[in-house]
Amino acid sequence: MREITYLKAINEAVDEEMARDPAVIVMGQDVRKWGAPLGEFKGLFEKYGDRVLDTGISETAMVGAAAGSAATGMRPIVHIMFGEFLGVCMSDIRCALTKTRYMTGGKTKFPATIMTYTGGGRSAAGEHSACPYGVMMATPGLKIVAPATPYDAKGLIKSAIREDNPVQVFYHVGLILSKVISKIPEEEYTVPIGEADIKRKGNDVTVVAIGLMVHRALAAADRLQEKGISIEVVDPRTLAPLDKQTIISSVKKTGKLVIMDEEPKTESASSEIAAIVAEEAFDLLKAPVKRVCAPDTPIPFSPALEKAWMPDEENLIEAVTELMG
Amino acid sequence: MDIEKEKLLGMYRMMVRIRTFEEQLAKDFADGKIPGFLHLSVGQEANPAGMCANLRADDIITTNHRGHGHVIAKGGNQYSLAPLIAEIYGKKTGLNKGKAGSQHLSDLDIGVLVAEGIQGTTLTLAVGAALTAKLKGTGQVAVAFIGDGTLNTGRFHEGMNMASAWKLPLICYVENNLYAESTSIYDSTNLTDLIDRATAFNVSGVSIDGNDVIAVYEAAAEAVARARKGEGVTFIEAKTCRQRGHFEGDPQAYRTREQRDECLKMDPIPRFRTKLIEIGAFTEQEIDIIHQEALTEVAEAVKFALESPDPSPEEVLTDVYA
Repeated sequence: MREITYLKAINEAVDEEMARDPAVIVMGQDVRKWGAPLGEFKGLFEKYGDRVLDTGISETAMVGAAAGSAATGMRPIVHIMFGEFLGVCMSDIRCALTKTRYMTGGKTKFPATIMTYTGGGRSAAGEHSACPYGVMMATPGLKIVAPATPYDAKGLIKSAIREDNPVQVFYHVGLILSKVISKIPEEEYTVPIGEADIKRKGNDVTVVAIGLMVHRALAAADRLQEKGISIEVVDPRTLAPLDKQTIISSVKKTGKLVIMDEEPKTESASSEIAAIVAEEAFDLLKAPVKRVCAPDTPIPFSPALEKAWMPDEENLIEAVTELMG
Repeated sequence: MDIEKEKLLGMYRMMVRIRTFEEQLAKDFADGKIPGFLHLSVGQEANPAGMCANLRADDIITTNHRGHGHVIAKGGNQYSLAPLIAEIYGKKTGLNKGKAGSQHLSDLDIGVLVAEGIQGTTLTLAVGAALTAKLKGTGQVAVAFIGDGTLNTGRFHEGMNMASAWKLPLICYVENNLYAESTSIYDSTNLTDLIDRATAFNVSGVSIDGNDVIAVYEAAAEAVARARKGEGVTFIEAKTCRQRGHFEGDPQAYRTREQRDECLKMDPIPRFRTKLIEIGAFTEQEIDIIHQEALTEVAEAVKFALESPDPSPEEVLTDVYA
């Protein structure tokens, strides 16, 4: 085993897949000289040359070119830098990239990976902080992963690149900047798309948390344990297709569910998870589902305001305590 | 340019097949037999026929909502029309299992990557196909058939810029049929010559008579040769004319009867027929046979579609993921 940061995990995943398959290419703004703004593709241009393509600021052409090259034999990775930038090329993703396979009657496949920074906590204000999970989940044909640890990031990104369908990878800037570390095996591994992971076992309340929120839930778990409350932290890892079974099995054990999601509550990933549990496992619930989300507002700039906006340990502890009431 | 007799006849046959196919669809649509929308390219057939006559089987094209002619021309004169009509009828035997319809016919087996209804992705997806060709060194060319209205989209500008910057083997083939739905490109831009768009991206540009299949063939041949040699993008503006409305049922209140008559006078099929007979290549009788054969082919394709079953409801759930 060896230790690895989140940034290194992304870099290794892409590097290994580019070495393994000459069809894998990287496209985006700033991917050559910077290796993307946070450096996750550093060294790849030097190693793979023309397979790393600077696109300029051109999101619609990036996604179109990714779709066109994917259909004709490449495995493009396209870096759409920040969550809100997906809006610039939304119909390119929701139509050209993800609907076309259906409209070909299954004749054509689109093995493309979109990689996007998410998350608040850096005073990046309203346009560079979003976690647009919910809106992307409403995209048939798209798979979505949001790894919370370096281990999951490496394994899921490798799976995404090998996947024959378009995959959206969301990675939280906070996880890169916080230098969170995982132990990973020396040998190659992948993490399958569509499998949740129980990050901490517990008996009293199921907490489903996504991305950075997994770490806040784990921190809250320690403090709740001191109060004698045992929470089970379920990390879906993949948002589409959701591993409903793991979530429902946990709810079967605890009878109580809190969903912690760094998104405005309306039409978020938490909405979908709550709806699924209400629809498919209502009888297992001993209390109403609770959601710890951001308010339905843009993300504010000032550190004081942003801190109040982002769901944190205190919000989760309060929700869990209320449920245990 | 000397074009061999077989090729001339092949292009004529192609134009007649496309015309006959679409005239049949117009009738069937008026009779309520075709679901959804129908956008016909009657009057524009010289463009796909002349362009695709220069392409290899493995070259890639993309098209838009007005794409029947492009698909048929890329498939060639041996390509069966039956699955196309079945698709437009929404049948199980359709080219795309009844999930595409008239606006989204595609068949990657013959190099038709997509037919996009959202303007501009037609071009950006072709950029991606051209990128594959360049990276893999296959010598393939990608052709995006777009309309004049698409020149106003952001995707057109992003796609042209990217293809030019990367010197991709791409042909941006603009069928300027004067109307984006009901709006003239000359009312929605400050351009008098669309070819000025090519200047902006520092690519080769040529403006041609898109109702003259020989002019189309010659411009296309040059553009394809340039792309295969690695010399980059060509922008072709083909001035053509849409004889029918934007969609079937469009009353076309936005243009005068005189304008519509002008359009009919430019019809590329009688024009080419006259030329073929003038140069002594073919007799009237030989050409009449082509028309007769196209009518028979289309009638058989319609029969196939009518006799085909509807898709079963379980098909709703298939083909979302690979």
